Amino acid sequence: MKVIRIDRGEGKFREGLKLLQNSYVAFGPLKEDREVYNFKILGDKTPDLNIQNTYLSPKGIVFPQSEVMLKYTLDETKEDCNLMKEAEKDKKPKAVFGIRPCDAASFLIAKRNFDTADYKDPYWISSYEATTFAGLACNEPCSTCFCKSAGYGPFNEEGLDLLFVDFNSYFLIKVLTPKGEELMKKANWQNVVDSDKALADILSKKTSCEDKFTTSIATSNLKSKTILELYNAPFWEEESFACLNCGTCTFVCPTCWCFDIQDENCGCDGVRMKNWDSCMFPLFTLHGTGHNPRGNKQQRVRQRFMHKLKYYLDKYDKGIQCVGCGRCVRLCPVNIDIRRISEKMNGYKACN
Amino acid sequence: MLEYTKKIREIAERLLKEGKVDMVIGFRKGTLPMINEPHFVKRAEDVNELYWDTFCAVNLANYLTDRKERIAIVAKGCDSRNIVNHIIENKVKKDKIVVIGVPCKGMLGRRKIALAAGGSEILEVIDGAKVTIKSKAGVKEVDRKDVTQDNCIICTHRNPVIYDELVAEKVEEQKNVDRYEDVKKIEAMSVQEKNEYFDTLLSTCIRCYACRNACPLCYCPTCFVDESKPQWVGKSIEETDIKTFHFLRAYHCAGRCTDCGSCERVCPMNIKMRVLTKKLEKDCFDQFGWEAGLSLTERPPLDTYKPNDPQDFIK
Repeated sequence: MKVIRIDRGEGKFREGLKLLQNSYVAFGPLKEDREVYNFKILGDKTPDLNIQNTYLSPKGIVFPQSEVMLKYTLDETKEDCNLMKEAEKDKKPKAVFGIRPCDAASFLIAKRNFDTADYKDPYWISSYEATTFAGLACNEPCSTCFCKSAGYGPFNEEGLDLLFVDFNSYFLIKVLTPKGEELMKKANWQNVVDSDKALADILSKKTSCEDKFTTSIATSNLKSKTILELYNAPFWEEESFACLNCGTCTFVCPTCWCFDIQDENCGCDGVRMKNWDSCMFPLFTLHGTGHNPRGNKQQRVRQRFMHKLKYYLDKYDKGIQCVGCGRCVRLCPVNIDIRRISEKMNGYKACN
Repeated sequence: MLEYTKKIREIAERLLKEGKVDMVIGFRKGTLPMINEPHFVKRAEDVNELYWDTFCAVNLANYLTDRKERIAIVAKGCDSRNIVNHIIENKVKKDKIVVIGVPCKGMLGRRKIALAAGGSEILEVIDGAKVTIKSKAGVKEVDRKDVTQDNCIICTHRNPVIYDELVAEKVEEQKNVDRYEDVKKIEAMSVQEKNEYFDTLLSTCIRCYACRNACPLCYCPTCFVDESKPQWVGKSIEETDIKTFHFLRAYHCAGRCTDCGSCERVCPMNIKMRVLTKKLEKDCFDQFGWEAGLSLTERPPLDTYKPNDPQDFIK
């Protein structure tokens, strides 16, 4: 394992960030107005690495909230009338700086949906493949972080090309993939250090952070429950009562992948686009007949949690569809807490 | 606040035991600091789940819409005004509702507290004459008014306007409040400045519709943004669609909004969209002398006609 060191004081870090923007569109966490922190194109700004979890996850870099897929014209005097044409897409390589290990792992979860043997989403895949993930390990978890118990962790490397570990005055960077290696070259960050010593230092940081976790998610029994047992459990009425059926949890979630396809016309010109959708919205399941199989909020809340904590688990056998970033817990306007719901599901025993 | 919680539980227990109501709607203690969860209890033995503190800001009238049970509901001044709205708009029947009134000195704003703590994670907040904020960075005391929710600072109806029970003595109402300082500033802007102002205001909107869904006024079976035949508004995060949603929603609240602040409170992106509803509130006040949710007998100005209604707009 190659480990590289960057001293922060010498301007090497900023210099590298500048250099690599010759080859990549670089994203990083930045503060905006009103104290909202999100991943933005860096330009000449330095990413704010004190930000622990951005409001929105960086999933939008690969899977934008709105993305034009195809273009067409309805003008019958034109030869290509009614023909769908591929929209231009910026295929420049992207680099995401300061992505946290939980968010990086979420791309692997989304990949199971967008990149399967039978179906491949070319928009997601091309964007994902063009992106290099330069992660930042977490030295201190938030009180709502439960990545460790969700099956990942503050130094988790899955989904990352590079793992930066912050030692205040310097970073140690684990080079995890050839893509990561390439980025380090482009940024001229090439100070390779003795890896045994560096890996030991990183390990001790990791252990120290893992000891600081104060919360977890209970999932151990979920697999052994039957779907119907959980589906028919009586607690859904109480647990869904507060829900506003807004899309906050699904939009801020790094692993929520649902989208809707819409055609939008302006005069004779039109585009076919993908937009994030949410299982919390009644429109999500509304049929053309007017029938809605998930017509009330209790059904929709149950769907969200059953999908994340049971259907996904059963279908892929790769744990739950949650990386424990805690965004939905922090940002839910009415305090619906996935930890509480998972505990209810995990501990539920149906009466016979 | 412990006193309030105790009293709410006492009243809830009595009402449920006497069979006067089928359920009590209130809050249960949140799993995080600075937020509590809207909650119901149906059995007298569960009343200890109910809880109250100064982070019970979401408007509970929203949870009454179209319910058929006999319900006791915990209500601050603003919530009670929305219950009045619900009654005159036939969304609930007055004789099915028992209002447990909570005199309110203003809810605390969680984002203001987070800012006061310098962005450090909040561990506990203790309300009092001064507000004590315990965060990972240490303990800090701030003036209550500095961390009170914006709409509560200018609230002139802190006591419930209708109630069957009261959990405490009424509090003093605030007098000589300029409710529309921010609106006047915007009114004074040029068209271009207004455009820029609204662009910035709404630039972080993700169209989650939390503002709409937390609003007790927004109970349309299908909201205009969700209509598909015809589809009035696009689904992307294109700014015209975002503005159309926010502006039109505000118009639908004209003469009905009580400035409870739920929309801002729930916005995950910290958008201060109350300026939109407040402008319409101000217009209704200026033109009709109307404040929403104060009367069970008077019809709102926008669903009645009076010969002396202002008609200067007819040119």
